[in-house]
Amino acid sequence: MASIAHEGHGHDHHGEHHHEETFVSKYIFSHDHKMIGKQFLITAVFMGIIAMMLSILFRIQLAYPGESSDFLSFFLGEKWAPNGVLKEDMYLGLVTIHGTIMVFFLLTGGLSGTFSNILIPLQLGARDMASGFLNMLSFWFFFLSSLLMTVSLFVESGPAMAGWTVYPPLSALPQSVSGSGLGMTLWLFSMAIFIAGSLIGSLNYIVTVINLRTTGMTMTRMPLTIWAFFVTAILGVLSFPVLLSAALLLIMDRLAGTSFYLSDIIVSGEMLANHGGSPLLFQHLFWFLGHPEVYIVLLPALGLSSEIIATNSRKPIFGYKAMIASILAIGFLSFIVWGHHMFITGMNPFLGSVFVFTTLLIAIPSAVKVFNYLTTLWRGSLVLTPAMLFAIGLVSTFITGGVTGIILADSALDIAIHDTYFVVAHFHIVMGMSAVFGMFAGVYHWFPKLYGRMMNTRLGYVHFWITIIGAYGVFFPMHFVGLAGAPRRYYDYSVYNEFNQNSYDMIMDLNVIVTGFAIFAALGQGLFLFNFFYSIYRGPKAPQNPWNSNTLEWTTPVEHMHGNWPGELPTVHRWPYDYSKPGADSDFIPQTVPLAEGEEEH
Amino acid sequence: MENKLIILLVIILGAVATAQLVRVYELSVKMRKTGEHDINTRDNHLNAKLMLGFMFFQFIGFIYLMFKYGWTGRGVAASIQGVETDWLLNLNFVIITIMFFFTNFLLFYFTFKYVKKPGVSAFYYPHNNKLELVWTVVPAIVLAVIIILGLKSWNNLTSMAGEDAIRVELFSKQFDWTARYAGQDNILGKYDYKLTTDNNELALMTTNTIDSSIRIIIEGPSGIKNIQKILNKRDTVLADSVTSVLRNDLSRKERLLRLLVQMKNNHSKSLDKYSWDDIIQKDTLVLCKGKEYEFNFRAKDVIHSAYFMHFRAQINTVPGMTTRTKFKPIYTTEEMRKLENNPKFNYILMCNKICGGAHYKMKMMIVVKSESDYKAWLASKAKETFKDKYFPAPAAPTATAVPADTTKM
Repeated sequence: MASIAHEGHGHDHHGEHHHEETFVSKYIFSHDHKMIGKQFLITAVFMGIIAMMLSILFRIQLAYPGESSDFLSFFLGEKWAPNGVLKEDMYLGLVTIHGTIMVFFLLTGGLSGTFSNILIPLQLGARDMASGFLNMLSFWFFFLSSLLMTVSLFVESGPAMAGWTVYPPLSALPQSVSGSGLGMTLWLFSMAIFIAGSLIGSLNYIVTVINLRTTGMTMTRMPLTIWAFFVTAILGVLSFPVLLSAALLLIMDRLAGTSFYLSDIIVSGEMLANHGGSPLLFQHLFWFLGHPEVYIVLLPALGLSSEIIATNSRKPIFGYKAMIASILAIGFLSFIVWGHHMFITGMNPFLGSVFVFTTLLIAIPSAVKVFNYLTTLWRGSLVLTPAMLFAIGLVSTFITGGVTGIILADSALDIAIHDTYFVVAHFHIVMGMSAVFGMFAGVYHWFPKLYGRMMNTRLGYVHFWITIIGAYGVFFPMHFVGLAGAPRRYYDYSVYNEFNQNSYDMIMDLNVIVTGFAIFAALGQGLFLFNFFYSIYRGPKAPQNPWNSNTLEWTTPVEHMHGNWPGELPTVHRWPYDYSKPGADSDFIPQTVPLAEGEEEH
Repeated sequence: MENKLIILLVIILGAVATAQLVRVYELSVKMRKTGEHDINTRDNHLNAKLMLGFMFFQFIGFIYLMFKYGWTGRGVAASIQGVETDWLLNLNFVIITIMFFFTNFLLFYFTFKYVKKPGVSAFYYPHNNKLELVWTVVPAIVLAVIIILGLKSWNNLTSMAGEDAIRVELFSKQFDWTARYAGQDNILGKYDYKLTTDNNELALMTTNTIDSSIRIIIEGPSGIKNIQKILNKRDTVLADSVTSVLRNDLSRKERLLRLLVQMKNNHSKSLDKYSWDDIIQKDTLVLCKGKEYEFNFRAKDVIHSAYFMHFRAQINTVPGMTTRTKFKPIYTTEEMRKLENNPKFNYILMCNKICGGAHYKMKMMIVVKSESDYKAWLASKAKETFKDKYFPAPAAPTATAVPADTTKM
């Protein structure tokens, strides 16, 4: 897959780093952070396509239950969609793998993997990551786990079917659902490898940020992107090992006959002797990662958008220090809120009330961030590049999805809407859409740095408008499906016929709308894919600093080279947000420009 | 098959068509002689207007959905607890709707208003401590209110049910629910999953059921004796895999047997009566209006979730532990039908935690009766206690003969 990443033509700036590179060392087992970033991006794009396709398949089932669809039988065949009607088990499989790929492979590997790799050394003024070899290893773990996850879709008994949270005992007992056989084993091994890769990557990011900043790049002169990646990496290092332990215990319950999560079970008429385990233990371990994971996904997106919004507003980001404080506060709080996923699992209600308190506290730094974005836009001089549109879209989805979080964090209210489509709508908007918008914003903004070429702006505009209309068209109505009490992960809603025909009609109306918008949005992504791959090869050559930005990555030559800067590393004299500073000649002052006589640093 | 080809064809042609469009576009860009990074004023202003337009699309869409669908889907809250939940939900909704409109309006309006105009430069405004303090403190105050009200309700909803609450157990398995009423004494009899047999699906604990389980695990068709017999039969040749399956089975059953024997030793016959008078009810859960209920939940195989959407109650059922919830219905089914203006309305208990292929079909109908109707119904069940079912008439309670059982243990 990495071989797809194309790197323009001959190098003009080899300088003292002149040495022969083979195809393999340059494109496949590359130690260069820019190439590794691109490898992450391309792999994640392919995983994203798969996950999006899966969602369209099950959306068709939800809008037209029981109707024969050639589209379904085309992709799933007679085994999983006999006569074009999706099988119940496969529905759960599709939902599970869609969630897993989107959360871990697209939004964790793809977002933080890509942009941490590309931007950390470039924006800090480092020649490369602290360890190029570990960096390469981190990608190859990621790639291997992506392959395993994809393969699991094709095994005979089906992929994992216990939901992306894989709660045991459902995921532990092959008798309970067909996907808990080989499919689940592959899921667990894939995730274990993914976590190993993610850990290696995160450690590398942390070390690089702490040690390899160039002269003058103090912590409080770092762009907010780096702050976001830094805190994200710390979250990853502290929380992913807990998921690994959860997965390992589950592997042992499945393969070694232990009883960590199993107790007093009779399944398919077989009485198991396991006693004393607790399914709640898994949930605690899972969500101890699961909640920081939300911010592992979200913080990089917020970091990217901070940078993009400041640059394209031609204004400093408002409240730089408050933004850093918010990132730190969100990062800290994210570790003590996991229980809000478990209000109704039978966890002690007193513990629940503690989690209500900590969870709602997160709304404060989140609100600070939103208001700071708004104030940054206020009296700016906005250049609406596709990246800027996506960044503004991110702020919108962050608000819209964030406010419903207040309802879900309130345990008393969560009782009534837990596990309904209200939750699905909430986290898709606040985490899914925001992170996807942040990722798109990042790709459009840094594409010139990635490939030395420009993406097509007009196609970018069309892509943005299709995506945001599609996103709201899908997830706005979904809230109301949830308020009608519709549980998530239901194959169809025929049960409503037995107790409330009116609600059934309403749910079906909305489901058709949702599916329509989902297909519309998915087709729109075709434009992005086309624009992306086409521009890699044939896009117009990029200028060195296309967006008139202050940060260091735009002082490197357009053609990639080892060590990033041809001569000495740049020296930093100011923060990265001196846009439209009164008294300056131009509306931006790169970080490498020394303070003028009598000039004050922000 | 033809359709499949058509789908494939559409995908390929779609890609080709886009490729052609981009070619044409690129030629036009080359003719304009500007780079992709130069956003011209026309594009900039068009997108700014579209942003404002999108705001209207978003707001009108939200208001339309709110009025058309709003709360209609879930109906009136049918329990005291539900009324409290709905009040709090509405209050929170008002707060977040205001936030949603206010901040989204600012976002899109600023984007529209401050789009780049020739000759106007941005205002250098890096920070303002007073402002930042305002939007830290104001959300904090609003959240304090939300937290205090929320926790107050949470305590009410999760506190123990009153002494005189009617106790009912709901037993969940793939893919149905079974209810167990505590009977005259309002005490649910003890249970242990190891006592599950064909005629004791809920694994209730009595001296008889323990004996029966011990007998079945030793002498049943796939009991210990039979397995040993197969393993010891020297005149047949068994594949290694078969032997190892049998050995595993045997050791599992030996363990279960020891635990059962222990249970027998610890069991006091005086506890039997609590189980014998329990009433097991399938298909429909019958409740009485105006009575508080304490529900105890069990799961046989995987996690399920008991979701009473009309009563605004929900709790997971977890193998190996008992979970609880409580509520007090305030409308009978008939009254609710009038309130909802839907003569076919019914209450329902749904499963709301993914539990396997037929998860979406796992439900139990609920009927709420007035007190007099409920008493009549209860009287009709008087002769259907666990004891009546376990010893089919006219067997005497002292019978030592235990019904044949074929449960595969």
